[in-house]
Amino acid sequence: MNSKELIIGGRRFGSRLFAGTGKFQSNAVMEAAIKASGTEMVTVAMKRVDMLDPQADDMLHHVSAAHIQLLPNTSGVRNAEEAVLAARLAREAFGTNFIKLEIHPDPKYLFPDPVETLKATEELAKDGFVVLPYIQADPVLCKRLEDAGTAAVMPLAAPIGTNKGLVTRELLSIIIEESNVPVVVDAGLGAPSHAAEAMEMGADAVLVNTAIAVAGDPVAMADAFRMAVIAGRQAYEAGLGGVCRSAQASSPLTSFLD
Amino acid sequence: MKIHINHKEYEVVDGATLADVLASVGLDGAGYAVAIGTKVIRRDERAETVLPEGADITVIKAVCGG
Repeated sequence: MNSKELIIGGRRFGSRLFAGTGKFQSNAVMEAAIKASGTEMVTVAMKRVDMLDPQADDMLHHVSAAHIQLLPNTSGVRNAEEAVLAARLAREAFGTNFIKLEIHPDPKYLFPDPVETLKATEELAKDGFVVLPYIQADPVLCKRLEDAGTAAVMPLAAPIGTNKGLVTRELLSIIIEESNVPVVVDAGLGAPSHAAEAMEMGADAVLVNTAIAVAGDPVAMADAFRMAVIAGRQAYEAGLGGVCRSAQASSPLTSFLD
Repeated sequence: MKIHINHKEYEVVDGATLADVLASVGLDGAGYAVAIGTKVIRRDERAETVLPEGADITVIKAVCGG
């Protein structure tokens, strides 16, 4: 989409780095990392309350702030029907129409189910949700999701938590070129250089969780991703030079000492 | 009568409302969402929602995730 401003669901985002909250060693570290990342969009998952310990630590107060948009996800659902229920529960619990639609019944690779994702997007968009679906890097599916009323698309770079980087690079570049909604590259970004590259390609934003949460110093890594995303976006807007097969001299090759 | 909250069985009086039961187990604060079966019950509906025998109540809250 590549707009100068990133606007999703009518809300403007000053940061193009979205952050996940899973896998941190503590809520305190998570809170500090989120602050260091500069993010304005933070994912949360949902779970049934454990009735044996219903007052267990509430993570929400570690992430709630006026400048942060909560992005509840539907992780754990197996089909569109469950996803719609999860989204409605999220709207009630968190008071937001934003929903990260995740339907990944495959436990090994956590690949999203495109058929169920499209069905759920159609229903949720009609119900007023701001839908951000986690999907395969499939350009055709992205267009179908646009038709269904999605607010953005979130194609994967690599399977969740793998830190492999832009495995789907060629497909992502097509999605970015063709999309009429913001493209948020999600999953698999393992290093700030991966995030910078996605932004240089023209992605509207990236979502990072594991790479920050499991770093030796998550707070410093969050800051590194913050800078990488800014640098990548600035490079994209500045216009990258073309790639050539043969050398292109950057110094004069003739007339030396004439 | 018996009801279930997140698979745990509770004995409640006939005519108990959803709001009564949630308050009794300390789940009436912010940040929770509730469904009976697959129907989400909004906060402003809880006091008027009389529980049927065997009600299957789901209460969810936020946890960390990506």
